[in-house]
Amino acid sequence: MWEYTDKVRDLFLHPKNVGELEKPDSVGEVGSIVCGDALKLFLKVDKETNRITDATFQTFGCASAIASSSALTEIIKGKTLDEALKVTNQDIADFLGGLPREKMHCSVMGREALEAAVANYRGGKPREAEEGEIICQCYGITDQKIKHVIMENKLRTVEDVTNYTKAGGGCGGCVPEIEKILKEIWSEKIIEEGKPKKRLTNIQKISLIKEIIEKEIRPLLQSDGGDVELVDVDGNIVIVSLRGMCRECLMADVTAKNIEKKLKELVSEELVVEAE
Amino acid sequence: MKVVYLDNNATTRIADEVREAMMPFLTELYGNPSSMHTFGGQVHRHIEVAREQVAALINAEPGEIIFTSCGTESDNTALMSALEFAPQKKHILTTRVEHPAVLNFCKAMYRKGYKITFLPVNKSGRLDLEDLKSSITDDTAVVSIMHANNESGVIFPLNEIADIVKSRGVVLHTDAVQTAGKLPLDVRKLPVDMMSFSGHKIHSPKGVGALYVKRGTRFSPYIIGGHQEGGRRAGTENVASIVGFGKACELAKKYLPDENTKVRALRDRLEQGLLKTCPDSRVNGDVESRLPNTSNISFEFVEGEAILLRLNEYNICASSGSACTSGSLEPSHVLRSMGVPFTMIHGSVRFSLSVNNTDEDIDLVLKIMPGVIKELRELSPYGREVKK
Ligand SMILES: Cc1ncc(COP(=O)(O)O)c(C=O)c1O
Repeated sequence: MWEYTDKVRDLFLHPKNVGELEKPDSVGEVGSIVCGDALKLFLKVDKETNRITDATFQTFGCASAIASSSALTEIIKGKTLDEALKVTNQDIADFLGGLPREKMHCSVMGREALEAAVANYRGGKPREAEEGEIICQCYGITDQKIKHVIMENKLRTVEDVTNYTKAGGGCGGCVPEIEKILKEIWSEKIIEEGKPKKRLTNIQKISLIKEIIEKEIRPLLQSDGGDVELVDVDGNIVIVSLRGMCRECLMADVTAKNIEKKLKELVSEELVVEAE
Repeated sequence: MKVVYLDNNATTRIADEVREAMMPFLTELYGNPSSMHTFGGQVHRHIEVAREQVAALINAEPGEIIFTSCGTESDNTALMSALEFAPQKKHILTTRVEHPAVLNFCKAMYRKGYKITFLPVNKSGRLDLEDLKSSITDDTAVVSIMHANNESGVIFPLNEIADIVKSRGVVLHTDAVQTAGKLPLDVRKLPVDMMSFSGHKIHSPKGVGALYVKRGTRFSPYIIGGHQEGGRRAGTENVASIVGFGKACELAKKYLPDENTKVRALRDRLEQGLLKTCPDSRVNGDVESRLPNTSNISFEFVEGEAILLRLNEYNICASSGSACTSGSLEPSHVLRSMGVPFTMIHGSVRFSLSVNNTDEDIDLVLKIMPGVIKELRELSPYGREVKK
């Protein structure tokens, strides 16, 4: 059972702005029935001011998809197109008092329908629809979309990418590729943000090691059924405890070596990792 | 508002008689059945009574019943034990539609180097027995095939399956969690080596199960420790739940005819009514060979979670194979294996009844459902594709 807010429940049970507009100035359509959710957004736009005077929707999907669609129409009514484009998926979620993490993709769908509708009005193509290479075959999600959503929502794990885009949620075949994208995005970032310029104090070193293990290494191991925990840092010796699959499959040594490589790269060449 | 509970394949209400039978063991009779003093030791006798009651439901001998903590533990134990005694054999044969208790166990074994064959099913959820025959090899350590499917209700022909598997001398385990109490089971006539059961599907508490191990079958315990259950399952017994489970089996035996008359009639009325009043709906699964209490219906162009939450407003409880309800975005593996189109899986609803359901329950669903489906279709961009 999902923990929906009262607002989600209310907009699901009594959605506002339902149905097709007669002679809409623009229509934005995203998703498909095969994927399990789809949203068609209809806009009336004032030609002079570029203001959205009316917005309605039709949605095929779960309770949070319906509520997100309804929320979107409520949010954008009265806004100019440029103002509307500033609405993020997080704004939609916030309007609803939050969405369960697994359901964030519903808010992303709202944001995409909006982009599609504005693009349709302006006579262009929506940004992501056709660009990029399909990564998730089950739901037809492109690398462009995955990257965009990762950056915009600061996602760190494959699980979150699935929650926000559905990619990886079908057969799971594309999980390694999503991991790769995450790695590309965040290892660049971590190097930019976190690479020590001068000598670290012990406390800085430990907290950096801790952060890298938590944010970078754990999610990867967890997706393979394993886990790792930082036990202690003794000088340059990092002691970790491996659990689950990575321990059982007798790959503990390899895993520890990989962790060491990562920490050497990002923190200090002198570090040595030992598994407990 | 009264709860209309149509999700009995997920779990069931504890029967009043079961709760009463349990009460002494939740209050004054708290002794440890392994103790030397009378106060504790007397409890042991009640476990043995429960063992007889469980055995009686399937015509087993009491000594062939091991109490476990749940259906999942029974499944895991059976498979582990079979593998233990055939260490040189590295192949497990099962189906694509098993409960995760078997499916994910097999996947875990795959990661440890086992070969797994997941037999496919056809559109109506049936197995191809020729396929089963040709998939057994000299390397096969165990065959695990469920008796009836929890989602579709489809019943596999256990007699024929057992004949095929046993003619090859391979150990056969059956997950009968969904069949106990719904279909007659006679292990004396079934050459199945091990069979799993779960208490909470037959009106006893959650967290108790049983594993039938045919006399003469080599068995290796999964939970290791004390000498409880004759050394076959360690851990101080969940006495109250075991006693409740025993009572529930006695009741199940008594109500078995009702499942196939009263419950079946209610299910059929529900199903026929929904198919008639909700356009573009259809039944998933083999209607010829199906549990009497289960109906899995797909309503095209609407999404299952939305249906369930609208029904929830009327306190009607059911479940769905839709991706959105699975917690993993993955639509039902059972319906996918049956080749049900994605559009139909998203809108699938499983109703599962029990002897507690009444005509009024069915009336309410038949009254509410057409409106729910119609409204959701009006919300949907695909609604107009519905044939008028
Ligand atoms: C077919 C089947 N096998 C096994 C189980 C697991 O039983 P338990 O919940 O007692 O672990 C269930 C119930 O969820 C089931 O339906």
